[in-house]
Amino acid sequence: MSVLSLKDVHITYHTASGGVPAVRGVNLEVAKGEVLGLAGESGCGKSTIAAAILRLLPGTTKVEGSITLDGEDVLAMKPGRLRAVRWTGASIVFQGAMHALNPVQRVGDQIGEAITVHNQAGEREARVRVGALLEQVGLPTRRAMDFPHELSGGQKQRVMIAMALACNPSLVIADEPTTALDVMVQAQVLRLMKELQRDLGLSMVFITHDLSVLVETSDRLAIMYAGKVVEEGSAATVFHDPKHPYTAALAAAFPEIGDRRFRGNPTGLGGDPPDPQEIPSGCPFHPRCSVAFADCERTVPELYPAGEGRRAACLLVEGAKTVATGVSE
Amino acid sequence: MGTRGYILKKVFQAFLTLLAVIVFNFFLFRILPADPVDILTRGAGAKLDDAEKAELRASYGLDKPLFPGQFMDFMGDTLRGDLGQSIIQRPGEDVTAIFGEFMWPTFLLVGVSTVLSTVIGIFMGIYAGWRRNGKFDLFSMGFSLVLYSMPEFWLGMLLILLFSTTLGWFPSSGRATVGGVYTGTAAVADIVNHLFLPALTLTLAYLGEYYLVMRSSLLDVLGEDYITTARAKGVREKWVLRRHAVRNALLPTITLIALSFGFVLGGAITVEVVFGYKGLGGLTYVALQNRDFPLLQGIFLISSATVIAMNLVADLIYGYFDPRVREA
Amino acid sequence: MQSPPITPGGDPNLTGDRMPESLPELRSPRRIRRARRRRAHTTIWKEYRKSKMGMAGLLILVFFVAVAIFAVFSSKDGLDPTKVFGPRLAPPSLKYPLGTDNFGVSVLTQVIQGSKISLLVGLVASVMTITIGALIGIVAGYRGGAYDTLLMRFTDFGLVVPWLALAIILASIIGPSLVTIILVIGLTSWPSTARLVRSQVLSVRERPYVERARALGGGNWHMIGHHVLPNVMPVILANAVLVVAIAILSETALSFLGLGDPFSFSWGGVIESAFNGHATTLGAWWWIAPPGICIVLVVLSFTMIGFALDEIINPRLRER
Repeated sequence: MSVLSLKDVHITYHTASGGVPAVRGVNLEVAKGEVLGLAGESGCGKSTIAAAILRLLPGTTKVEGSITLDGEDVLAMKPGRLRAVRWTGASIVFQGAMHALNPVQRVGDQIGEAITVHNQAGEREARVRVGALLEQVGLPTRRAMDFPHELSGGQKQRVMIAMALACNPSLVIADEPTTALDVMVQAQVLRLMKELQRDLGLSMVFITHDLSVLVETSDRLAIMYAGKVVEEGSAATVFHDPKHPYTAALAAAFPEIGDRRFRGNPTGLGGDPPDPQEIPSGCPFHPRCSVAFADCERTVPELYPAGEGRRAACLLVEGAKTVATGVSE
Repeated sequence: MGTRGYILKKVFQAFLTLLAVIVFNFFLFRILPADPVDILTRGAGAKLDDAEKAELRASYGLDKPLFPGQFMDFMGDTLRGDLGQSIIQRPGEDVTAIFGEFMWPTFLLVGVSTVLSTVIGIFMGIYAGWRRNGKFDLFSMGFSLVLYSMPEFWLGMLLILLFSTTLGWFPSSGRATVGGVYTGTAAVADIVNHLFLPALTLTLAYLGEYYLVMRSSLLDVLGEDYITTARAKGVREKWVLRRHAVRNALLPTITLIALSFGFVLGGAITVEVVFGYKGLGGLTYVALQNRDFPLLQGIFLISSATVIAMNLVADLIYGYFDPRVREA
Repeated sequence: MQSPPITPGGDPNLTGDRMPESLPELRSPRRIRRARRRRAHTTIWKEYRKSKMGMAGLLILVFFVAVAIFAVFSSKDGLDPTKVFGPRLAPPSLKYPLGTDNFGVSVLTQVIQGSKISLLVGLVASVMTITIGALIGIVAGYRGGAYDTLLMRFTDFGLVVPWLALAIILASIIGPSLVTIILVIGLTSWPSTARLVRSQVLSVRERPYVERARALGGGNWHMIGHHVLPNVMPVILANAVLVVAIAILSETALSFLGLGDPFSFSWGGVIESAFNGHATTLGAWWWIAPPGICIVLVVLSFTMIGFALDEIINPRLRER
């Protein structure tokens, strides 16, 4: 049974200028012990999904579809049950720990709060557990007495990870956990997360815009664009043999040293992601696509089968034609 | 630097500012093109002849050179607590002695109203910010905006009209019944009776501002990421508010309360005038009309010192709540 | 973490130039700038129109400005007790819609005539406050270093000194008059504007395009004129509106204490004469209420306009 299951999820923000459809029909599954990588540019809806899983979106946001966590329907939960499930069912490692930690509260207290709020331990035992958690993420236990501003970026992120593990959740959602960090620190934190996931057998949703990171850490990948999933499959195959032009462009934007495809061919992706209130007709990617053709403007592609355990939302796949990856032969 | 360093730094800065104020006080009268003696005795009525002026000048040490003579005299006197003598109001009497008589009613008035307006304003602000755009929010917003736009002394006059002249519930002036000989609880009750309307005026006058600041500060904080973190952890809304939101939102509010203290003192002056309340404010008004400069100078010094002290208190309270400033 | 979508088109400060798709003719930099400014102004006005509070405030203000202009052109004879023989301390009637004071002068006439003084003094004093404050703020923020430290110490000092006490002393030395009041307000209210402007200048200075302009050889005057000032102006504008509100309240207090011109009554002066005429104990509410209500309305209108402008300039407040 899957730990997390999203079926036909639509999420629309309410703003002064009208409704903004951030997520437009997404289906995702995360099996137990599996790491699902969720990739895409800013504004594609991936962070929205993360927040939606624990119902953390603003009250005026419309969430339709079904979100099931450990077999329970999250959207139907009563407030009391929701609060109990938060952090114990699923927890989030937030991006930008600089702002995700309360500046006037000691970090140990903040981690401990997660434990005591769920009545998993009394004050004293909680403190012991906090110490153990800090050690688990590679921080000395005395750091518990520090305030967030006394820690470096990497240390704060480790605190966030420790906090996320505090209640032994079934699922950990990492929302761009390393984006705001230096490259060296990024590598350390990623290594830590990989170890923890392996040692603890965590199920994870790893959200980022950096595809190369996902290849290292995920079992399966789902690529999002303009509020929809445009490709999914196992991490290695999606990255090295992308079936959707967008995936190809994303992969190409983060060249790997040694991979011959990138030699002498720096490629990026021109243009900007579409404004959610003004999504192009047909395939939303067609204005930026290097292999778009006439039909692309008229037909909205579904997720067509594109190989073993893979799907891609591209008309070229539907026609079983080979996809030009945009890199000259 | 730690807590102790922070405290020491703030106290030292406060002391420096006080010194600056004293120096400023000195130059206030002496940089003017007019003859200080003329200014000092302008309200005295009868014109003094040259001999008398010379005598006066000598007694004030004005025949000495400005620097260092007069300056040192002034600094020395002030630091020793000698603020000169009143010229017009109570000629010859020590300014400091006069203050002693008028200070406690003002402290009482300002103290009570500050406590009330901050507490009520903050609670209202928290409630309104938490339930944004609820009925309470809109109503209290309007109410506070109107209060904020009102001259406090005018509000006082309206309150007198209503509660004193029309309804007769409270006396319209004075801090105690003139000629009354109450003792014990009756005396206290009498004072409270006279204090009520002025205190109500001052409380209402500044409540609006504290409400507005607390509300907007809370709204800012509620948009911060750590609030979402707290909710995601499963913390109950009530505790999200108390432990995470309010603790952070109070910080800018404290700063602003400190900054407005100068205005509160100004308001106290006009309110005391309206209510004929015999405190420092009323004293200032009379001194102003009489052009009793030593008195005015002393009042300026005292009120500046009070504001500096209040700012220091606010700084210390802020330092207690926000660990970040203690580091730098 | 989830974040609501940014406004369409993005932050104008970040996206910089967005040239129109079609370029029929070559446009000079100045024409582009002017067109951009015009576009920015119309956008601001369009946004402003949406704000109910802002429009209400503007309406009230326009009303009072009209009253003030009317006052300038109408006769002041009604104010002279030797020329008018109304009943003393009479409650409102058809002939005297707001009643009369203790000299028999119509309160309505006083209020109308008072509008021009109150508004004028408020305006001029604000101009002075903002000029001093902005100058100090820009120099401190832009020059930095010793200038900054010195000016900021000076500003902090200005913030600490209780304004009314200082105002009273200054006014009692210079003597009571409208100029005194304007001077006093201008000299005591600038610190908060200075602080605000300085912090805005500091944030502008850090922006990448400013660094680039310097690298391209932009001299100090060019930097201030073309980059610092245009970005600081919106903040100054929003602050200016609130400064006027405070200036009007300050003028009222100073007039009430007898520091204004004894011959030209502002609204504060009317309240002063009401107080000295024992209107409170005599129950002459028609004398006390109207000038105060006018003050409240005018200050409210400025405050509302200020809030509306602030919401436009700080758009993050909108989305919540």
